[in-house]
Amino acid sequence: MTLSGDPLVRLAGLEISVRDAQGQDKIIVRDISLEVQPGEVLALIGESGSGKTTIALSMLGYTRGACRISGGTVEVAGHRLDGLPEARLRGLRGRVVSYVAQSAAAAFNPMLPIMRQVIEPALVHGLMTREVAEDKARGLFRALALPRPDTVGDRYPHQVSGGQLQRLMAAMALITDPALVIFDEPTTALDVTTQIEVLKAFKAVVRDLGTTAVYVSHDLAVVAQIADRICVLRDGMVQEQGRVEEILFLPRQDYTRALVAAAAARVPAAPMPDLPRDAGDPPLIQMRDVVAGYGGVDAQGNPQVRILGGVSFAIERGKVLGVIGESGSGKSTLARVVAGLHAPASGRVNLDGYTLEGEIRHRDKEQLRRIQLVFQNADTALNPAVSVGEAIGRPLTFFHALRGTDRKAEVVRLLDLVRLPAALAGRLPGELSGGQKQRVNLARALAARPDLLLCDEVTSALDPVVAEAVLDLLIDLRRELGLAYMFITHDIGIVRAIADEVMVLYGGVPVELASHEALEGPLHHPYTRLLMASVPELRPGWLEAANSAFSCGSSAGAGHAAGCRFFQRCAISRPGLCDVLDPAVHVGAGQTIACHLGFDGLQAAPRIAQGAIPA
Amino acid sequence: MIAKRVGGALLTLFLLSLVVFAMSLLMGGDAAEAMLGQNATPEALAGLRAAMHLDQPSWQRYLAWLGGLLRGDLGVSLITKLPVSTLLAPRLLASLQLAGLTAAVSVPLALFLGILAAVRRGSLLDRAISMATIGVVSVPEFVIATLMVLIFAVRLHWLPALSSSRDFSSLHDVVRVFTMPVLCLACVVMAQMIRMTRAAVCDALDSSYVEAARLKGVPPRRLVLGHALPNAIGPIVNAVALSLSVLLGGVIVIEVIFNYPGVARLMVDAVSTRDLPLIQTVAMIFSAAYLMLVTSADIVAILCNPRLRHR
Amino acid sequence: MNTVPKSGVAHEAQALKIRRRRFNVSLLLGGTTIIFWLIVALVGPMVAPHAPGQVVDLDVFSPASSALPLGSDYLGRDVLSRMLIASRFTVSIALLATLLAATVGVFCGLLAASSGWIDAIFSKLFDTLSAVPSLMFGLVVIGSLGASIPVLIGTLATVYSPGAFRTSRALARNIAVLDFVTVARARGETLSYIVLREILPNLVGPLAADFGLRFVFVTLLLSGLSFLGLGVQPPNADLGALVRENIAGLGFGAAAVLVPTFAIASLTIGMNMVIDAVSGGRRAGGRR
Repeated sequence: MTLSGDPLVRLAGLEISVRDAQGQDKIIVRDISLEVQPGEVLALIGESGSGKTTIALSMLGYTRGACRISGGTVEVAGHRLDGLPEARLRGLRGRVVSYVAQSAAAAFNPMLPIMRQVIEPALVHGLMTREVAEDKARGLFRALALPRPDTVGDRYPHQVSGGQLQRLMAAMALITDPALVIFDEPTTALDVTTQIEVLKAFKAVVRDLGTTAVYVSHDLAVVAQIADRICVLRDGMVQEQGRVEEILFLPRQDYTRALVAAAAARVPAAPMPDLPRDAGDPPLIQMRDVVAGYGGVDAQGNPQVRILGGVSFAIERGKVLGVIGESGSGKSTLARVVAGLHAPASGRVNLDGYTLEGEIRHRDKEQLRRIQLVFQNADTALNPAVSVGEAIGRPLTFFHALRGTDRKAEVVRLLDLVRLPAALAGRLPGELSGGQKQRVNLARALAARPDLLLCDEVTSALDPVVAEAVLDLLIDLRRELGLAYMFITHDIGIVRAIADEVMVLYGGVPVELASHEALEGPLHHPYTRLLMASVPELRPGWLEAANSAFSCGSSAGAGHAAGCRFFQRCAISRPGLCDVLDPAVHVGAGQTIACHLGFDGLQAAPRIAQGAIPA
Repeated sequence: MIAKRVGGALLTLFLLSLVVFAMSLLMGGDAAEAMLGQNATPEALAGLRAAMHLDQPSWQRYLAWLGGLLRGDLGVSLITKLPVSTLLAPRLLASLQLAGLTAAVSVPLALFLGILAAVRRGSLLDRAISMATIGVVSVPEFVIATLMVLIFAVRLHWLPALSSSRDFSSLHDVVRVFTMPVLCLACVVMAQMIRMTRAAVCDALDSSYVEAARLKGVPPRRLVLGHALPNAIGPIVNAVALSLSVLLGGVIVIEVIFNYPGVARLMVDAVSTRDLPLIQTVAMIFSAAYLMLVTSADIVAILCNPRLRHR
Repeated sequence: MNTVPKSGVAHEAQALKIRRRRFNVSLLLGGTTIIFWLIVALVGPMVAPHAPGQVVDLDVFSPASSALPLGSDYLGRDVLSRMLIASRFTVSIALLATLLAATVGVFCGLLAASSGWIDAIFSKLFDTLSAVPSLMFGLVVIGSLGASIPVLIGTLATVYSPGAFRTSRALARNIAVLDFVTVARARGETLSYIVLREILPNLVGPLAADFGLRFVFVTLLLSGLSFLGLGVQPPNADLGALVRENIAGLGFGAAAVLVPTFAIASLTIGMNMVIDAVSGGRRAGGRR
């Protein structure tokens, strides 16, 4: 950190407070002092409620809702922003400081064409004519590696993918050559394979233009790629500031250490010993050639809109199957099929060798009891009008006919099992924190005494440190209760840590099924490789090193069309083969891959891939 | 998509004709009895029934009635024995004049006040508008009309209390006839429209894209007119349509109070005398007008939204 | 490692406060007004000083005096006594009609939210009903069936059940897609358990506000009908009918016409204030 020269941004003793419904002022951000040098990228990192976005917005002289800057100073590029009248601030916003929002999908006006919005900052500040601005915008689209840069501006926001909108928003922020750009969690809402494309584009532009930036994020690994310095925030206060390497490798504060530990790759949990079973015993749950979707089913058992196509797998007692895929890959539908919430169009689901009916009302109570669902969002998974004790108690009554004091005692035991105090039983979900809700959610599923838990993104809505603790709990529970999990996630790191076997879904089709050992091996389906290569690592310079072949393709191609679903995004595809025929399934040691290249072709592929970087 | 909306409205209208016709079946006795009165001979009754096709099964009568409506044959009034269309035509014109004038006054004013209240949210002006509109919405139309008569006609003697004159020889006369009823109706209609417009614009102003535009340095006027309003058009058009449909109900009370010779006046008289053909026809006209308003609002909203326009 | 997440949890829990219900002037004022009229409707006729039809004053539209606190009406009857009776008619008819509309609407709404084809039928049905302007609908029914109190209640309920249906259906559908309902379904709970125990408790607040709003609309329509002479028929009278019969007194500001007018206004404005206060100003004054 060089202290020479004038900093571009200087916050000194910044305090922001919010006025509540009673008219009381409450300080939410206090005593923030930090500086950003010209050309530097500073990351603000912290969990939800840490005040990171609030602080970042103060550098635009902006506060949301009932918040206001109640103390300290904000100085950007020689302008004092605190206390500046709105009209003066307006002249600075979008010209001196600009903003890239977390969800570009929401931040673009749905009624206006994209180009009009991108060049608007330049026009309202009277910096250039429309023609010049449009030319410049197209140049930025190109620099941000947007496909069809000359025409994308004519489209409306809903016609463009999320990853592209995020880059378009960056173009909008950069059109005026501002002194400072604020990036507010710009990749959080994106799939991991899209995130890396966007990150690369951001990094290239920031480097080429020498932009000074403040990058807000909760993800240390992302920040490690793009920032020069990190400021760790918690409860509206600075915990620690330092260069990226200092924070990552020599954290001084306990909290920073916990953050770094949570972001680091997890040590895989000790695998469960195989439970004793006879050789002829069927697996706990087995799925065979399941096809599912919406709309009428044709003669071949294919629905009009196919979400899942030909999924087969088995989970043994006490084992964990990790299911991984991006949004729209059909992974949640898979859980719904197992739970009986979505009847498959064809194929079978077996429990202990007996075929389960497609719909809940045809399954018997015992079958329902043995499979329990745990959802991602504990806010919606718990009924806000029902107390914790009642929520956990209901399955006890329903499945085990427990009532009165027996039921109460069992509720307390279950709360204890998920490491929650018994006193919570009388509370309503609204009074609990996110982590507590997710534990109650888990306890309710455990109350049925299931054999299989279907966990749908159970940790992704939680802050990393809290998510880490819930994950630890899941691993402990599995050991204590001999539970089997179907663990659905978009995070390959979690799958690596917890799963015995991994299924990779793409466009509703399993492209790879690998044992834990095979997953660490070298041979994978191209999509699996892309996924693995896209997860940011907790070291600076990873992004530059990650030069594996990425593609411009959008998300999964839906529909019935034959051929490999990954064809359009695959860097090593063979046109004429991959886009015509469905790939055959190749079986290897602890691993099956659905790819035309087969194991031999894939082994040869890395060399091909080096040269092939599609536009 | 637009065809679907229009089809839906037509289906509703068809169902409605069933409901309205079914009402006539519910009426104790039938039209023949109503026409001839208590002491009619059975023979006379039977003769009249045959003449009016009342002896046919109800579904045949329904088809005949519906066919008549579609051909523009609205039937004959039971009381005056005149064709309904003859009775209706001048009244309809008068009512349309009243409604049209009210809409012309209230729509621009309501939109302006609604948007103003949304932009100045929380200000004294906003709260005053909010209080006034909630007051007007909470009170029956006749109360507002009564108060206005009390103030403008009785106390101040500025305007006549009745608007039955059809003499439009000078602008002065027109003003005298229309001011009071239009003012009352506009009051009622505007209150609804202002509230809904304000809510729609507030929603748009609270959105992420308006925040993003503000952080681009977009000035307030452009923020409201260029960013928030295009998104609020759908709900606003809907609000206008719904409020104007309130006009359809409100006009009844207002016409009665001011003795204004419109359709509603005719309708109320028809209800008192249980002149069913007249009632049915007017009900169908009002309902069709309502459906037309709501459906055209839907269509405008679809055309204004690129997400619905560019499929 | 183990201590940090716990303190994180503690911090989160601390940050969450139980929301306090807004208790403000408009709730107090509106609530008092509503309770006042409920009491009047309940005990009013018992304490009325005169029979409502009895002519007690030779002078018509006489001003207030110690004998006649609200003066006399167009026939020289005691306005106070007539007010007490009329309030009972207005409040009880409106309450019964709202209750009927809400019961039918909510029941059908919940049923529609839980089944596709029932939904299609009910939605079209209620859409059709609401396509007739409310006062026009009232006129058609009363024109066909005559104006009796049961017909009046039935008409008012029919006019306003589509609104209750639409509200409860929309609310229930929003809740029915939430994960906790899915969990209950996956557990194999019956439809009635899901509707009554999982969905309904979350609807109570919004439905109560909707009920209040609908009460306002019903009162307005009832008064409107009576004002046109098509509502409550003589010798009975509700507040709207009082305004109608005494409209001649308007010229000299007689209490006989002003008091019932303000009574209707206070009843509806009071209810709107209560709804506004408890629902944070989002719903009151919606579509009639």
